Amino acid sequence: MSAGHHHQLYRPGDTVVHRLPPQCKLLAAAGFAVAVVATPRESFWAFAAYAVMLAAVAAAGRVPPGFVLRRMVIEVPFVVFAVAIPFIGLGERVEVLGVPLSVEGLWAAWNILAKATLGVVASILLAATTEPRMMLLGAQRLRLPQLLVQIAMFMLRYMDVIMDEMRRMRVARESRGFVARDARQIPVLAKSAGALFIRSYERGERVHLAMLSRGYTGEMPIIRDLSASLRQWGAAGLLPGLAAVTAVLSWSLS
Amino acid sequence: MTSHPVPSLEVSGLAYAYPDGTQALFGVDLVIGRGERVALLGPNGAGKTTLVMHLNGILTAGHGSVRVAGLDVRADTMKEIRRRVGLVFQDPDDQLFMPTVREDVAFGPANLGMRGAELDRRVRDALDRVGMLDAIDRPPHHLSFGQRRRVAVATVLAMEPEILVLDEPSSNLDPAARRELAEILRNLDVTVLMVTHDLPYALELCERSLILSGGVIAADGATRALLADADLLAAHRLELPYGFAVPAL
Repeated sequence: MSAGHHHQLYRPGDTVVHRLPPQCKLLAAAGFAVAVVATPRESFWAFAAYAVMLAAVAAAGRVPPGFVLRRMVIEVPFVVFAVAIPFIGLGERVEVLGVPLSVEGLWAAWNILAKATLGVVASILLAATTEPRMMLLGAQRLRLPQLLVQIAMFMLRYMDVIMDEMRRMRVARESRGFVARDARQIPVLAKSAGALFIRSYERGERVHLAMLSRGYTGEMPIIRDLSASLRQWGAAGLLPGLAAVTAVLSWSLS
Repeated sequence: MTSHPVPSLEVSGLAYAYPDGTQALFGVDLVIGRGERVALLGPNGAGKTTLVMHLNGILTAGHGSVRVAGLDVRADTMKEIRRRVGLVFQDPDDQLFMPTVREDVAFGPANLGMRGAELDRRVRDALDRVGMLDAIDRPPHHLSFGQRRRVAVATVLAMEPEILVLDEPSSNLDPAARRELAEILRNLDVTVLMVTHDLPYALELCERSLILSGGVIAADGATRALLADADLLAAHRLELPYGFAVPAL
């Protein structure tokens, strides 16, 4: 737990963005993503406008650019995929630095890159200003099925416990001279994974007993009041609202 | 006890076999009066955990009955039974499943329908009784083991139980945490049944002890007298730690 007491995606703070109720932020991020995806790929100015909007949110939430950039690493697989498209794409070709590239492929790559990047940044900003458990409480308020919310909550709570267990098993293996060098060690690792699964399953049963013992009937009691005021909805609606206007304009102008 | 004619816990003729046919309890009889602190001693495999699971209806009696403050443990009384019997599990990570201490302690009373200021008062009061009020907004997995055990006790106290049932309360605690928990338990104004094989802990906290062995209550009496009887202990695979002796009175 040397990483401190917060989830690594979360950046504690007390800004307007942090204080907004989680359900408002969730809907805002989703609305923004829909607007971005609905924008025609030729409207470069619209994508620039989206980027400015996100920059404004980041500034309001005091999330530094470096923090966002580091977490964008998650996008790398998509980038690799997008970069490959112009090379393997068919149709009309254009020479760039002597390399023939597919025009349609270039457009497709740009489309994927621009939209994915905006979506990823929006998600990073959401995660940076909303604690993971608040996110789940917000999802619960948005009527996400109880069962899904509960499963995610337990995952959040028991992640560290299970990682700890995994670490102890690794130490126990290595203390007896085990080194994972090549494929021949895979059966040992597979058995460890199996044992970890059984242990977690049994813990699940014990936790369920503990829940039953305190009157659990299938629904998590809502302990925290998370209701949002109209003003808060209005503030959160700013981002998807502006994005929607941009999307509509980009269609009518194209 | 004369002013409270209804005992906190009455178990009579309780027998239970697991679905695979293993008989775990062969007719357990015991009565615990209100305000008593009683230790349930027994070797591993004696049926201690099976007995505990019957006290709040997680397992239901194959034979015999369990009554909590006069109320039978049955399907239709389960909700009230689970409020009356506060089970503290051995591993606090099993007991503390919510993201913060506050939400965890609130889980029980909220299930009973409590909300708002009343719920908040109940949570703070329970945490205060175990000296953990300062940790109210922390996630359970950032607390020390001893602190987690104390919060686990608070989660149950918040339901204002008739009887507190602790499964191996001293296990895995360092000496200081063990003593702190003892002080807390001693000052609680509630009936306690403590399942343990930590015999000195039983002697320290409980006037009376029961020995569960082979699925029946093999002995019931003053803790000091039971622990002084070396033959009795040996017959039930119980031993005082090296260097300890309890002089008979």
